[in-house]
Amino acid sequence: MSRKQKRLAIIGGGVGFLLAAVLLVMFAFSQAVAYFYMPADLQKTQIPPETRIRLGGLVAEGSVKRGQGSTVNFAVTDSIGTVKVTYTGILPDLFREGQGVVTEGKFVSGNPDFVADTVLAKHDENYMPKDVADRLKEQGVWKGEEAAK
Amino acid sequence: MIIELGHYALVLALATSILQSLLPIFGALRGDRSLMQVGTTAALATFGLVAVSFAVLTYAHVTSDFSVQNVWENSHSLIPLIYKYSGVWGNHEGSMLLWMLILTFFSALVATFGRNLPETLKANVLSVQAWIATAFCLFILLTSNPFARLLPAPGDGKDLNPVLQDIGLAIHPPLLYLGYVGFSVCFSFAVAALIEGRIDAAWARWVRPWALAAWTCLTAGISMGSYWAYYELGWGGWWFWDPVENASFMPWLAGTALLHSALVMEKREALKIWTVLLAIMTFSMSLLGTFLVRSGVLTSVHAFATDPTRGVFILAILVFFIGGALSLFAFRATHLKAGGLFAPISREGALVFNNLILTTAAATVLTGTLYPLVLEALTGSKISVGPPFFNMTFGLLMLPLLLAVPFGPLLAWKRGDLFGAGQRLFAAVGIGLLIGGIVYYVEHGGPIMALFGIALGVYLIAGSLTDLALRAGLGKVSGSVAFRRLKGLPRSAFGTSLAHMGLGVTLIGIVAVTAFETEHVVEMKPGMTTEAGGYTLRFDGMRQSNGPNYTEDSGHFTVSIGGVNVTEMWSSKRLYTARRMPTTEAGIRSFGASQLYVSLGDAMADGGVVVRIWWKPFILCIWGGTLFMIAGGVVSLSDRRLRVGAPSRAKKPKKLVLEPAE
Repeated sequence: MSRKQKRLAIIGGGVGFLLAAVLLVMFAFSQAVAYFYMPADLQKTQIPPETRIRLGGLVAEGSVKRGQGSTVNFAVTDSIGTVKVTYTGILPDLFREGQGVVTEGKFVSGNPDFVADTVLAKHDENYMPKDVADRLKEQGVWKGEEAAK
Repeated sequence: MIIELGHYALVLALATSILQSLLPIFGALRGDRSLMQVGTTAALATFGLVAVSFAVLTYAHVTSDFSVQNVWENSHSLIPLIYKYSGVWGNHEGSMLLWMLILTFFSALVATFGRNLPETLKANVLSVQAWIATAFCLFILLTSNPFARLLPAPGDGKDLNPVLQDIGLAIHPPLLYLGYVGFSVCFSFAVAALIEGRIDAAWARWVRPWALAAWTCLTAGISMGSYWAYYELGWGGWWFWDPVENASFMPWLAGTALLHSALVMEKREALKIWTVLLAIMTFSMSLLGTFLVRSGVLTSVHAFATDPTRGVFILAILVFFIGGALSLFAFRATHLKAGGLFAPISREGALVFNNLILTTAAATVLTGTLYPLVLEALTGSKISVGPPFFNMTFGLLMLPLLLAVPFGPLLAWKRGDLFGAGQRLFAAVGIGLLIGGIVYYVEHGGPIMALFGIALGVYLIAGSLTDLALRAGLGKVSGSVAFRRLKGLPRSAFGTSLAHMGLGVTLIGIVAVTAFETEHVVEMKPGMTTEAGGYTLRFDGMRQSNGPNYTEDSGHFTVSIGGVNVTEMWSSKRLYTARRMPTTEAGIRSFGASQLYVSLGDAMADGGVVVRIWWKPFILCIWGGTLFMIAGGVVSLSDRRLRVGAPSRAKKPKKLVLEPAE
């Protein structure tokens, strides 16, 4: 191969690979990301069943009920809307009523509850998930650091 | 008084590093030797001053001096001594001081061991190091002073964050920072070379040991962090694609690419411009990582505190260094002469392939990490990019690389024989498929991708050994000759082999645990049993106890197999009294490379407790593989040819001049 051909082969291969990678990333973005919603958003928009989303807010006071085995029911609220959540598994250490929470999961058809498979735990007793804090501030529900305790 | 001394030492360090950032580079510009030599003295002085400052902060933590705000916020009189030490860097201010300490430590190393470097290059490198040091010193003094006092001094501290009270987290940050910051030396060398407008194979020879040392530490740091997350968080996961994990993973990917491209440059004088760019990018990734972690722009399990002024300050540092270095690169890169030619199928070609994939993978991780930020800034909608995204993109990208790894060392420089290399790897492929088949038989099937993954891992291990065996001439010459030849191989050949083998071991661990782990969430009452991984666990009951600064509820389990008791396990929940913060201390038992992992949930009203039990087959391989990689790095570093200025042995035949570890 001549110098030019060699260079062309290497550059061509590289560009082709990069192009494939870009397509792959774009495909993954369309498939594998979860949008973040608050209960208030869900009053306005309908989420199709089986779509993975994140749902965040405060755990409503008095809403936590233990079901059979490790199934837990609780409600996530932002004082405008409230969504009931079903979760099977072990709740994070810092899960408490009145605390901020982010859950990930989906709605299934024929069931009004949000079925979560992940409930996020954070490393601080005052922790308020950033997404939730931002939105609560916007809606005027946020009462500063004290409210989160 | 001592506290103020520490603060003062840090201010002095700022002064000396400003001197170091200006004088040597002026000296290099004007050919003034005495000015250039200021760099060495200043680098040592700066390191000494920062060390004093760090020692003072450590003293404050160890003596529990709660008049220092940093100590009050992150320590407690009752915590064990080791966590008083690790509490020094278990917080924002202290960890930035540690960053600074390690940065100046590396400058001091360059100053001490860089005697064989050309004078101007050394002066320029030290100046560039000092620019970084100055920026971070200013950052600490202006936004994150660890020596701020409290008046009157509180009676007791607020305690170190309980999840940080762990031996793993005591060692993880220093190792990680040694890696992060170690790449600053490569960065400084790259910028210095661009300033001088001259670069050759010798440059790569000087840079490679630094890159290798930094890479080894970073590997150890990431691995340690992953194991910590695994046993301390109690979620049973070992990698979450969390932004902060990504922040350390991106420099690792770029640094791995840098190691391989510097190899090409050292041996063949090719890929010069690319290597310089990669050196800049690697440290940029480290800076970006620091920014992501320290500014708290991303929602993350690691974000200690969020303070907008800090974020803006680090962002400014980031823009200045990355932007500055890239502009310099744009102006100067054309002056650098491109070197050696090679065919697409050759050792160089294989290493370019490696670089292409690793940098693309790093870019993908970067995109996934930053995309939520960008999208939120542009459209206001919030998304989470989690494991599904990264597994899909990163996993697929790695596949061709893993297949190609054993080929690299078997191809000749300049023009290689792909078919020949393939023939020599027949045995490795065969062993891989055989083990895959055995797993299929033992597991009665199993997902085809998992079988393929395990076969791939075995192929990687066998392929690395093939390389060593071929070099020793095993099978062609008598055993004793082969053994002598093996002993005579340069250490770097073993380094390469170990690191590549480690990749295979880690892959096997990842695949095995992903495909074959079992998880049960059950409510257990005392006396009840449950099965996991062939073992029977009996829950015996709960017990309360008190630690130095926590209370603990522990569940006791007896593990048996076929009716015979094998071992017992404790799994607990702790409540740290100072912060009223609960944590989970999972119960973990190893059986070979596999583990039983028991995590406690909430107690039920009827005396039962929710328990989560995992069987994690071959999970220890994940971290075991990184030990191989670290060993590979250390062995390669000990290769005499990598030592700066070491005379090269001429008696080695050309065939045996191998590449040091990647």
